[in-house]
Amino acid sequence: MSLICLTNIARRYVMGAETIHALRDVSVSIERGEYVAIMGPSGSGKSTLMNLLGCLDTPTEGTYELNGENVSDMDDNQLADIRNREIGFVFQTFNLLPRANALRNVELPLIYSGMRLDERRERAREALQQVGLGDRVTHKPNELSGGQRQRVAIARALVTRPSIILADEPTGNLDSRTGEEIMQLFARLSEAGNTILLVTHEESIAAHARRVVRLLDGRVAADEAKGGDRSPEA
Amino acid sequence: MNFLLELGEGLRIALEAIRANKLRSILTTLGIIIGVVTVTLMGTAIDGLNRAFMQSIAKLGVDTLYISRTGWFVETYEDWTRLRTRPQITLRDVMQLEKEVHTVLAVAPIVRSMAGVKYRERSSQNVSIVGSTDQMVLTGGLGIETGGRFFTAEESDGGRPVCVIGSDVATNLFPRLNPVGKQVKINLRPYEVVGVLESQGMFMGAFSLDNQVIIPVRQFLTHFWHDPDFEIQVKVGDVARLEEAKDELRGAMRKVRRLEPGDADDFAINQQEQIAERLRVVSATIAAVGLFITGLSLFVGGIGIMNIMFVSVTERTREIGLRKALGAKRRTILVQFLIEAAAICVVGGLLALAIAWPVTLVLKHFMPAQLSLPLVGIALLVSALTGLISGFLPAWRAARMNPVDALRNE
Repeated sequence: MSLICLTNIARRYVMGAETIHALRDVSVSIERGEYVAIMGPSGSGKSTLMNLLGCLDTPTEGTYELNGENVSDMDDNQLADIRNREIGFVFQTFNLLPRANALRNVELPLIYSGMRLDERRERAREALQQVGLGDRVTHKPNELSGGQRQRVAIARALVTRPSIILADEPTGNLDSRTGEEIMQLFARLSEAGNTILLVTHEESIAAHARRVVRLLDGRVAADEAKGGDRSPEA
Repeated sequence: MNFLLELGEGLRIALEAIRANKLRSILTTLGIIIGVVTVTLMGTAIDGLNRAFMQSIAKLGVDTLYISRTGWFVETYEDWTRLRTRPQITLRDVMQLEKEVHTVLAVAPIVRSMAGVKYRERSSQNVSIVGSTDQMVLTGGLGIETGGRFFTAEESDGGRPVCVIGSDVATNLFPRLNPVGKQVKINLRPYEVVGVLESQGMFMGAFSLDNQVIIPVRQFLTHFWHDPDFEIQVKVGDVARLEEAKDELRGAMRKVRRLEPGDADDFAINQQEQIAERLRVVSATIAAVGLFITGLSLFVGGIGIMNIMFVSVTERTREIGLRKALGAKRRTILVQFLIEAAAICVVGGLLALAIAWPVTLVLKHFMPAQLSLPLVGIALLVSALTGLISGFLPAWRAARMNPVDALRNE
């Protein structure tokens, strides 16, 4: 059974008198351990797909099974639980809490899962070490460089040991050298067995993934595996 | 998620947010501060009045009745002029009354004047000079310091030049000596001190009961005031018999005053219950005015809090989106902002207490006022409640935010 199984997903928004078809009939499965880039020009529906995959939104039609659970018609609080357990988000703008130090930022998701203080401190420290920031735990975001901030955000995504790491344009706010470093970090995390979904519009960034799903006008236009080690519709 | 953990985290976030916006938070709580200061001072004042009254009652005894020409509380000027025409109560009236009533513990005449008291070159001005009989030690519930005594029935009836002095007078005139056996001069006439009264403190916080000298009533009539209007102090001896005693006293007084069956009383029997009633009216008025001001300022303050919380929620839309993405439930966000609103108000409450406390110290000069612990608790509770109520709408808006839209917010 696939980790992610999207079947005939449609997502429509009603804006005034107009109905926008953001996604039409999308079916995609992703296995545990895959490194997938989701690409497409703006308006292609990739943000909508990312929101659905991240359980921030629910589809108008179709089913989404994540790790064996049907999340397509869960309510707000159930979705919050799923996000907390299964998904680690990495955002383009980092989204760190400005008043909290690196450690507090990283342990935030563990607070929502109700973990005890000493345990979550330990886990947060571990996660920061994993991204190479073991010596920056007490620094606040404004005392860190852009690359370091994104590393803190990645540590925050890793700390709950989620099923998926969902990165939305993770290098969009970084210069190309720092961006490259972050992509190397993702490559390492992928090799360590993490499932990574990368949403981007840059070919050079998508090139790091082993599979690319291309969207156009709300449909899957192409789904290509690289290196031939995995077929698109496994 | 563990609710306690949620509370702890909420409190932490709230304090961080308040610290980041110190001035804004404090300005916002102004209404709360005024409200809480009012409620605290009001509580302190009512509490102080009651306490003062209870202390005074304890000194005089609840089973003491006071007969005088008029009631203690005369409502109108018309009443006052009418009551003035009543004949005075004379010493003869008191003596006769004493013979007529049998079921009370003691009856004593009371007349007062002011005079200076001297011992050698030391003197005390404006001392209350009380003329009475030996019975006053019972009716007034007076305690005498060891080594002295009250004057006897013989000294009283014979109008001997003896006196019992209050503790203030004693400390003023005899800073180091034992006053008993010494001769003081009241209006230049010599009196032998036979005893010193135990300290009684202030009556209703208004005047000292210790700045008085008691002399036999016949001395008083001869040398101070020939024709005064007496008050009669009656000690019933049993609180349960108070009403019965009042009936008996009324009958006896009517006989002494030679009133015909159809005539109205030309005297009044007072008791401390009347003061208590007055006090209740005063307390209720203070409470009503205080609650009105409190309610108004808390209402205005609450609206201020609501406003600032809406601002806070809007400012932190992205943060709310992030927290939701990371797994915060609706309840978690709701609790977080409720705590923030309550925390701002509690900070206001603490500031208010910091203002009210020195004011209470000033009030202390007039009444036994005290910023009691329950009152502090109520003040903080009221602040927190105001925060919770006025913070609810903004917190609810935050809790219901859609994470996708919130994260997209710039």
